[in-house]
Amino acid sequence: MNNIFADIQLAIPEIFVFSMACVILLVDRFTHERMPKASFLLTQATLLIALYLNLAGAPASGTMKAFNDMFILDGMATLVKSMIFILTFVVLIYSHDYISERKMYRGEYFVIILIAVVGMMVMVSASHFITIYIGLELLSLSLYTLVAMNRNSDLATEAAMKYFVLGALASGMLLYGMSIIYGATGSLDIESIRNAIQGMQSDDVMLMLGLVFIIVGIGFKLGVVPFHMWIPDIYQGAPTSVVLFIGTAPKIAAFAFVMRLLVDGFQALAVSWSEMLTIFAILSMGMGNIVAIAQTNLKRMLAYSTISHMGYFMLGILSANPNGYSASLFYVIIYSFTTMAAFGLIIMMSRAGFEAEEISDYKGLNKRHPWFAFMVALVMFSMAGIPPTVGFFAKLSVIQALVDVDKYWLAVVAVLFAVIGAYYYLRVVKTLYFDKPETSEPISANIGMQFVLTVNVFALLLIMPWIGVIMDICSEAISKMG
Amino acid sequence: MFEANQLSLAIWLPIVGAIAVLATGNDQRAGLARIVALLVSIVTFLVTIPLYTAFNKTSGDLQFIEHMPWISALDINYSLGIDGIALLLILLTSFITIIVVISAWQVIQEKVAQYMAAFLIMEGLMIGVFSATDAILFYVFWEAMLIPMFLIIGIWGGPNRIYATIKFFLYTLLGSLLMLVALVYLYFKSNGSFALADLYTVKLTLTEQLWLFMAFFLAFAVKIPMFPVHTWLPDAHVEAPTGGSVVLAAIMLKMGAYGFIRFNLPITPDASHTLSGFIIVLSLIAIVYIAMVALAQTDMKKLIAYSSISHMGFVTLGLFVFNKMAFEGAVIQMISHGFISGAMFLCVGVLYDRMHTRKMSDYGGVANTMPKFAAFMMLFAMANAGLPGTSGFVGEFLVILGVFQVNAWYAIIAGTTLILGAAYTLWMYKRVIFGAVSNDNVKALKDINSREGFFLLVLTLTVLLMGLWPAPFLDTIHSSVDRVLALSAVTKL
Repeated sequence: MNNIFADIQLAIPEIFVFSMACVILLVDRFTHERMPKASFLLTQATLLIALYLNLAGAPASGTMKAFNDMFILDGMATLVKSMIFILTFVVLIYSHDYISERKMYRGEYFVIILIAVVGMMVMVSASHFITIYIGLELLSLSLYTLVAMNRNSDLATEAAMKYFVLGALASGMLLYGMSIIYGATGSLDIESIRNAIQGMQSDDVMLMLGLVFIIVGIGFKLGVVPFHMWIPDIYQGAPTSVVLFIGTAPKIAAFAFVMRLLVDGFQALAVSWSEMLTIFAILSMGMGNIVAIAQTNLKRMLAYSTISHMGYFMLGILSANPNGYSASLFYVIIYSFTTMAAFGLIIMMSRAGFEAEEISDYKGLNKRHPWFAFMVALVMFSMAGIPPTVGFFAKLSVIQALVDVDKYWLAVVAVLFAVIGAYYYLRVVKTLYFDKPETSEPISANIGMQFVLTVNVFALLLIMPWIGVIMDICSEAISKMG
Repeated sequence: MFEANQLSLAIWLPIVGAIAVLATGNDQRAGLARIVALLVSIVTFLVTIPLYTAFNKTSGDLQFIEHMPWISALDINYSLGIDGIALLLILLTSFITIIVVISAWQVIQEKVAQYMAAFLIMEGLMIGVFSATDAILFYVFWEAMLIPMFLIIGIWGGPNRIYATIKFFLYTLLGSLLMLVALVYLYFKSNGSFALADLYTVKLTLTEQLWLFMAFFLAFAVKIPMFPVHTWLPDAHVEAPTGGSVVLAAIMLKMGAYGFIRFNLPITPDASHTLSGFIIVLSLIAIVYIAMVALAQTDMKKLIAYSSISHMGFVTLGLFVFNKMAFEGAVIQMISHGFISGAMFLCVGVLYDRMHTRKMSDYGGVANTMPKFAAFMMLFAMANAGLPGTSGFVGEFLVILGVFQVNAWYAIIAGTTLILGAAYTLWMYKRVIFGAVSNDNVKALKDINSREGFFLLVLTLTVLLMGLWPAPFLDTIHSSVDRVLALSAVTKL
């Protein structure tokens, strides 16, 4: 039995964020009327301090486990958690004006986001089926609530309902799979499961059955085809500030979730899950990119684009080697920052009582505000993966991972779907630059947010000389995994 | 410092200059934007001149080499270097950009700063393509070029511009992405290197080479464009603004051929020999069939676009007969076609600015109202048809001569272009320029002003210089052509 204090030390960031969530809940009761900004500022401070604690507590080398091996801290956990803090921090800056204009600027909003962050942190650091599940549910339940936050909107309520029902179903699948694996291996601890599987036949029916259910659960949570139905409705129906959150930090957390389950737990069955993921990846790239062409709503289009990006993201993981994992990690980090910029721009274009979510709302933006138009175009080119934006390097990294394991045909399929994908991103650029504006209403946005957004968007281009450094960080994090 | 980074300077100066042009803001300060753009393009041209004067013509090796680590995880480097072929293309690029800026002086009145900036960014990226010696760096410049061109056609183009520009973008993107897969494959074959020099030495089986060749071929054939993947070009040309057409025809088409020289021939030499018959047949089809298609056009820009495809057929023909003379002819044809097609599109632009129509039937008798213009256009039409004394003759003659040594029939078929080319060019010239004044619009035409006269005169002098005294051009490429031919003669099996 370990010293309980040593255990707690490893989990200090989690404990801190959760305590702060409780504190903010209380403080907000008193400051709500007089200092409405207090909760916002406290939340941001919490995220920054947590980032510091997380980096300060990072293990110098190897992995550290705590709480009877239920909790793990390694290089990947530190990197992913840092990204979660940074993304959430920026997301809240972007959301600030949007939620206050829509009467969602309440303490609960921030508290729930912090709890979701705790959920992600637990998920990232889980080395036991129970911890994974607790983290996942903490995150999911917070997200359901966030989607329904705008109580007066029918669309949002419907989206939240769908999300909740399908999410619960997915959790059920995942749990069912976990219980079968428990039956087959006699353990819920990921390391013991890995060891147990190595001693078993790789086509063991029990194992396969359990694995399939777990993969289905993962597929639901990631939103890959054929388990993607909830994504478009959520993206379209939920408040943009919430979509901004759902589309960024949880995607990176999902990477860690997949790594812990499939790679840490089922490495011995890599051949089997790699095949299953291949099917998901092809279907997602195809469905996502083709259906996105038919969309007229920008948020819905981005939802389908997300589905296709999740397909590309899986290409690295299904290569089933460290090179592929770090390619996926790199992909999902780049993707999160690009998505954040995309929804940040949608938020900036929206005003009280007007959501700039139809593609036609962007007609002739170049005439109204060339600067914003240029930023939207840059984000679209990055999503399409056209150099010199970072999106290209994300695609390059997963394609090289595929070629590395001799999956040439899959690389070609990925490339062909990328061309199809380019079409609908180009259509947005076309709307911005080639169409005539329908209104000449000036666009106003908070200067601070404009600044952060500009930094965010231009980072997609100007990070170029240092793109290698990010790749190195990713591969180092993967090599430091347990 | 300046000496060591000359290529980088030539790449980044116009791009930084473009930001300065954009900073001049909206159309109220259009005049300032024009002046800044002109200054940037002239300074860039001056920066590229020392490349020529300091270039060691006796060596076929890469010169002005720069090397900086970029992405260590994948061993991608920022490495530059040029040989004689790249040198000429870089000079062509910086020269044509000045002409494009001047030609847009009065014509473009909307979003002037953006227009000028787009061309300057293009210039930097194109110089980047010609000087990159790392495959991924090459690819980044190559693809990045699509973005400004997409916007140029889409914003300042003709009525059907959106269809044309999206077609242009997707067509080229498809080709390039397959090339990317091929490059990644080579990366693993060469034990993790994207440096072109390493890719030249990696051993490959014939099957591998054939696949790689086809992947590269798609990327480059679309860009050239070769028959049968040429259909985007007439659309793009017709809808593009004059400056866009000039850059497209004069420089971007050359990138495809340059790609063949840098990638197909040295990296897949055995496949290049195996498939040379296939390429030659496609080239001959382009030369003859597309020339016939050009005869049937009623739109001047479309006619010149088809004539470009036909002329580029000469380039691919010259590259794939593996004969030094034909190869040099192909390179000279690339440069010369840059000047001539640019000049032809500028001539059409001059007429279009006045009449707002490109239909030949709307013209007739222009010589009566625009005599100076008619004289200039006569010369360019003759050059396009390959008249001795103009640059058009040198390239075509060398190619035909070289091809004749390999296979007389190829040369004879290719030679028919001298007739067909003359037929479509001169027929167009006759219908537009000669005859009685056909309508009141033509009657009201004003002859070229001094600005238009200036750039047409500069191009005239260049075309004549290259036609009468091609030695400076040929001397520059001798050793480089030897090197490429030597690389493509070594088997990799």
